[in-house]
Amino acid sequence: METVVFALLNGVIYGLLLFMLSSGLTLIFSMMGVLNFAHASFYMLGAYFAYTLMEGSNFWIALFIAPVLVGLAGMVVERYGLRKVHARGHVAELLFTFGLAYLIDEVVKIFWGRTAVNYKVPELLDFPLFTLYGAQYPAYRIFILLVAILMLVALWYLLRRTRAGLIIQAALTHPHMVGHLGHNVPMIFMMVFGAGCALAGLAGVIGGNYFITDPAMAVQMGPIVFVVVVVGGLGSLEGAFIAAMLIGLLQTSAVSINASLADIFGFLGLAGTSEVGGITIASMAPMLPFLLLVLVLMVRPTGLMGDREV
Amino acid sequence: MTDMTTTYVNLAPSRAEKFRQRVLPMILFALALAVIPLFGPSRTTLTLMNHMGINIVFALSFNMLLGRAGMLSFGHAVYLGLGGYFCVHVMNWIAAGSGIWGAVPVFSMPAFGFAAGALAGAVIGWPSCRRAGTPFAMISLGVAELVAAAGFMFDSLFGGEMGISADRMGGHEFLGLTLGPLEDVYWYIAFWTFVGVVGMYAFTRTPLGKLSEATRDNPERVEFVGYNPQRVRYLVFIFAGAFAGLAGGMSAVQDEIFTPENLSLVPSGAILIAAYVGGIRYFTGPIMGAIVMTYMGSNLSDYTAGWLLYLGLMFVGVVMFVPDGIAGVVYGTWDIISGGKFREVAGSWAIRLLGLALMAVSTITLVEVAFRWSDGYGEVFEPFGLALHHGSLLTWIVVVVPFALGALLLRQAARAENEVTT
Repeated sequence: METVVFALLNGVIYGLLLFMLSSGLTLIFSMMGVLNFAHASFYMLGAYFAYTLMEGSNFWIALFIAPVLVGLAGMVVERYGLRKVHARGHVAELLFTFGLAYLIDEVVKIFWGRTAVNYKVPELLDFPLFTLYGAQYPAYRIFILLVAILMLVALWYLLRRTRAGLIIQAALTHPHMVGHLGHNVPMIFMMVFGAGCALAGLAGVIGGNYFITDPAMAVQMGPIVFVVVVVGGLGSLEGAFIAAMLIGLLQTSAVSINASLADIFGFLGLAGTSEVGGITIASMAPMLPFLLLVLVLMVRPTGLMGDREV
Repeated sequence: MTDMTTTYVNLAPSRAEKFRQRVLPMILFALALAVIPLFGPSRTTLTLMNHMGINIVFALSFNMLLGRAGMLSFGHAVYLGLGGYFCVHVMNWIAAGSGIWGAVPVFSMPAFGFAAGALAGAVIGWPSCRRAGTPFAMISLGVAELVAAAGFMFDSLFGGEMGISADRMGGHEFLGLTLGPLEDVYWYIAFWTFVGVVGMYAFTRTPLGKLSEATRDNPERVEFVGYNPQRVRYLVFIFAGAFAGLAGGMSAVQDEIFTPENLSLVPSGAILIAAYVGGIRYFTGPIMGAIVMTYMGSNLSDYTAGWLLYLGLMFVGVVMFVPDGIAGVVYGTWDIISGGKFREVAGSWAIRLLGLALMAVSTITLVEVAFRWSDGYGEVFEPFGLALHHGSLLTWIVVVVPFALGALLLRQAARAENEVTT
């Protein structure tokens, strides 16, 4: 019971973080039709910006300023990079963002070094909030939960209930028509790209000190975010939410299961001493998202909630 | 209806043209491979050459997918790795000399790699080739992560983090090559590089090779003509995996070790960059890319800590401004020179070259100064005896002024060209 509750809580938090990252990616995809390979790099930038801002000021300022800075960086990338490559098709765009991820990795190494930086949880939130089954639960995790839910609601409200959201939604599906109505579509694209990157940056700010802030964090997170977006169905925010929760829960609960394959398939005669039998579910956790990706794409190419073929 | 008969112009190349365009380059390539050892290259050069050979075959096999069939794969190293792993195991069986394996020469490793790569391509390609475009790219990414993770799990097959090593000197000699000294390995690599290049060129001339290009350009029409684009992709994928496995077999003998790292996204990304920078629209593009990238990877890293950054800048630059890569530039230049138009463009080229050079000066200064500042050892970047501190005004002048000038020149050249064409 104890394990289940903790796995659920942590899984939901991890899932919400994943959603924060993948919501931006999904928005950008539905707009430009291209998967932004560098998306996780903006997540990393968010964490590092927050770390630097925290040295000069405090966490609360960093929480607001860092995502804005990341968003501005994203807008510059869209305006002077992606827009130029756009005419040459999706493969060129994908490759451009692939190269960009490379570059951001290296630039981060120049500015902040090759090892992890000491990006800490703010003191105000560094206390155990409640005790569950004799184990203390850190307040910061609940803070992540709150920020993520707040963001979720704000995003939903912005897209579904405001005029700006209406124009964005229209521009995603009918950019030419929106252009004819007098809206500056390239400008909208740039803003959405910036907003998507800012969301990734926000995830970095609150996730960087929850996990670890080092130059490898983009490479670790990037493929998983892709999996979330593709499994959820490209272009579908609801799908991305479901997939993010699914993968978050799947991975965190797998980590806490100590059973080996021999324990499960023992009735088939699999011995615990054999190589395959000795593999534990916990050690398979990093593989699970990719297994899910391959399975989903084989069985249901549109993803869970997607309405179009990828 | 008229009774006019249409006469078709014979577009087929003449025998002389066929020889000049198809056979002659191969003969020259073989000659180049044969001549290199006459210069008495050092051990380091030989190792570099061997790696170039491996990467040439690998990049060409990657381009069978991206350039020819339009399939972007983020996990092509999986096939090189699986082929190579199989070869390392075979080499160990040969060394043990039991049964039939005692009779197999190590020289034949790439053939085993070819078979293993084809098998891996056939198994993995079955689910992944059902989709094209972005989903294919994503599946290839997922598969690569899966295989690399599995590589760390099954120690008896992949040897864990240590990998599995082998001895290339076991078994029978073939053609008098013991494969002990690097010179022998060079001949081995040269032979198989040539086989790989000729094989992949021949593949582009087959109906399947032609169909793969048609599938890239317009799958619907391919379907109308009566072919199944999925099957075309699947078959091409198997061949690409097979040739990657061939490169894996070459690599198994050259390096005598394979680790799960060889299966990961890192080498897959590197070969993607090499092929693209070389130019994916030309058959020779990936060859040029592989040569340049292997050279940069082994030599540039001695000069500067920022070589990965330069690599990334180069890749992004190619994607943005020179989509046809090195091969495109080389052939474009050749066309203009042989077409006698050199005089017309000489001025604009000079301006562009100057602009590029200025921007390169600025970028290199910025990167080098930044890396020294970041290391924190207090080392100073001193090109031509000029001490450039990260704080000094001179540094920033050297960074900003050439950059602005170069950008201005390039802009002007681009504008002038637009005026000519419109």
